[in-house]
Amino acid sequence: MKAAIVGSGNIGTDLLYKLLRSEVLEPRWMVGIDPASEGLKRAASLGLEVSVDGAEWLLRQDELPDIVFEATSAAVHRANAPRYAEAGIRAIDLTPAAVGPYVVPPVNLGEHQDAPNINLITCGGQATIPMVHAVSRVVPVEYAEIVASVASVSAGPGTRANIDEFTRTTSHGIEAIGGASRGKAIIVLNPASPPMIMRDTIFCAIPEDADPDPITDSIARMETDIRSYVPGFRLLREPQYDAGRVAIFVEVAGAGDFLPEYAGNLDIMTAAATKVGEEIARAAASSSAVDRHVTA
Amino acid sequence: MQQRPVLRLTDTSLRDGSHHKRHQFTADDVRSIVAALDGAGVPVIEVTHGDGLGGSSFNYGFSHTPEQELIKVAVETARQAKIAVLMLPGVGVKDDILISQDNGASIVRIATHCTEADVSVQHFQLARERGLETVGFLMMAHSQPPEALAKQARIMADAGCQCVYVVDSAGALVLEQVSERVEALVAELGDDAQVGFHGHENLGLSVANSVAAARAGAQQIDGSVRGFGAGAGNTPLEAFVGVCDKLGFETGVDFFKIVDAAEDVVRPVMPEECLLDRMALMMGYAGVYSSFLKHAYTQAQRYGVSGAQILVRAGERKLVGGQEDQLIDIALELSREKVR
Repeated sequence: MKAAIVGSGNIGTDLLYKLLRSEVLEPRWMVGIDPASEGLKRAASLGLEVSVDGAEWLLRQDELPDIVFEATSAAVHRANAPRYAEAGIRAIDLTPAAVGPYVVPPVNLGEHQDAPNINLITCGGQATIPMVHAVSRVVPVEYAEIVASVASVSAGPGTRANIDEFTRTTSHGIEAIGGASRGKAIIVLNPASPPMIMRDTIFCAIPEDADPDPITDSIARMETDIRSYVPGFRLLREPQYDAGRVAIFVEVAGAGDFLPEYAGNLDIMTAAATKVGEEIARAAASSSAVDRHVTA
Repeated sequence: MQQRPVLRLTDTSLRDGSHHKRHQFTADDVRSIVAALDGAGVPVIEVTHGDGLGGSSFNYGFSHTPEQELIKVAVETARQAKIAVLMLPGVGVKDDILISQDNGASIVRIATHCTEADVSVQHFQLARERGLETVGFLMMAHSQPPEALAKQARIMADAGCQCVYVVDSAGALVLEQVSERVEALVAELGDDAQVGFHGHENLGLSVANSVAAARAGAQQIDGSVRGFGAGAGNTPLEAFVGVCDKLGFETGVDFFKIVDAAEDVVRPVMPEECLLDRMALMMGYAGVYSSFLKHAYTQAQRYGVSGAQILVRAGERKLVGGQEDQLIDIALELSREKVR
C-alpha cells in the first residue's frame, strides 16, 4: 500500500523510519511546510518524494497514496480530512482532531479497519487505555484515572499550547475505548536532566471483593499484546491492589528511530500508527485476493 | 510623610491546607474560616482542592465536598475578601475556570512547574478575556536560577498574568535565594506585572523569606493562618502580619483579629498542627514538593518503609508537583531493596 506522511516534524520523521521497515506499507511521499525541515531532508535522501507545499501538493499529484498519515495539528487535519476522503485516501490521524473513530490497536482496531479516517487519541491514551480495557474486560470499572509523566523536551509546542486537549481527549478515550464509566486524565511535564523515560500510572476503581488474579493475568496479557508493536512498553511493577482500586505502573521507552529513547510518548504514537496502517494494508490485500479469486 | 509600602496578602489555608486536611474540608469549615479571615481584613482567600481545580482524584485524594460547592460557600460568606482559585494545567481544564467564575471566584491563579510556563498561556488568555484577575505560580522555584525563572515569568506576563509568584513549593529557598529570584522577576516584568512570593516552612524560614521577598520588591505575599498548609505548613499569616506591622509594611489585616482567628477558628479545623518534623525537614533539605508529605506517610505505612527515605528518593528522582503516583513506585522499590 502506497503511503504518504503529511507533517515533517518529530512525529512524522520518526514514523518515516517505522514505515520504511514495514513489509506491507510503502512510504512514497512526505510533505511539510518548513523548507528547513530535517525530516524532509532525511525523507528525500531515503528516496521519498518531498514537498514543502503540504497536502495541497500531495493531492495534485497524478498518482495518489492509498493511505495518508497525518502528523500536523488538529486544525490542519480537520481541514485536510474531507479532501482525503474525497480522493478516496484512507487517513490515520496522529493529531487530536478526532475526525474519525478512536482506535487503540490492541483494543478495537478490528472494529474500525474499514473506517476512512482513524484517530489515535493521544500518546497518554495509547499507553494507558489498553490497561483500562484489560481491567474492564474482567470486572466493571466505574472510574479510571491515568497519570502520564513525560519529559519536558518531548512535549512539543502543539501539546503545550493546547494541553487541555490532551486532558479532555484522553479522558474521553478512557471511557469510550477503555470501558470505564468515568475517565480522568492528568499529564505532568518533568524537566529533569537527563530526560525521564515516559511513565504512566493507571488507577481503576474495581469492586471491593474483586479477585485480583484474573485482573493481574489480563493486565499481563495486554502487556504482551502492546509489546508486540511497542517493544519499549513494560510493566514497572506488579499491579497494586488497595481497597476498591488497582494501580498499574508502566514505562514506555522509545525505539530510538528518530527520537531519543526517553520520548516513549511519541514512539507509542508512531508505533500505533504503523500498526494500524499495516493491519489496514493486510486486510485490503486479503480482500483483493478474495476478489481476484471470485472473478477468476 | 512617606507612605508605608503596601503588601497584598492571600490566605491559602483553604487550598494549601487542603493537603494537610487530606482534602476533607466541609462547607462548615469553609464558612467559619472565610468569615474569620474576612473579618480580620484578609483581602484574598484561596479556596480549591489542594492540587487545584479538578484535583479530586485517586492520585491526589478525593475531596470530601466538591470544591465548587466550597467556592460557592466562600463567595457567599465573604463580605470584603475576594475569592481566588488555583488551577494546574494538565490537572484541571478551562471549563473548571469558567465554572469557578460562575460560582463567584474573581481571581484565578494558574500554576506550572517553573520551567513549563508555556502550558498556561491558553488559561491566562481565557481568564483575562472573561475579566478575571490573574496570578501565575512558578512552582518549585528553588530548582531554577533567577534568570531562568525571570524568562518563564515573562511568558506568563505576556499571556496576561498580572502577578507572577516565586513559589517555594519545597520550602527549600534560603533568604538571599528568595531576594535574588524576586529581584530578577521585578527587573524583567517592570510595570507589566507584579511579583509575589509563596513560602513553606520546611526549613523554618517562611516568615523571614517572605520579608526578604517584600524587601526585594514583591507586592503580593501568600500565607496560611496557623501555617495550615502542605509540608511543615505555609508562612503563618498571623505571624507575618505582626512582622509587617513592626517593619512598616501595610497589609490592611488586623493583627489581633487574625491571631484570634488562627487560635479559635482555624486550629479546631486542622487535624493536627503542621510540624517542622523529620519528614518536613527532608523536603526542605532535598527540595521535594510539599504536598508529597501526606502521600509519603501513606505509602510508608502501606509498604513498611521509611517515609523520610521516600521523600529523599523523590528528590533524587527530581519529581515535580503532580507526580504523587511515583511515590508508590518509590515505596515499592524501597520495600524490594529491604527484602534483598
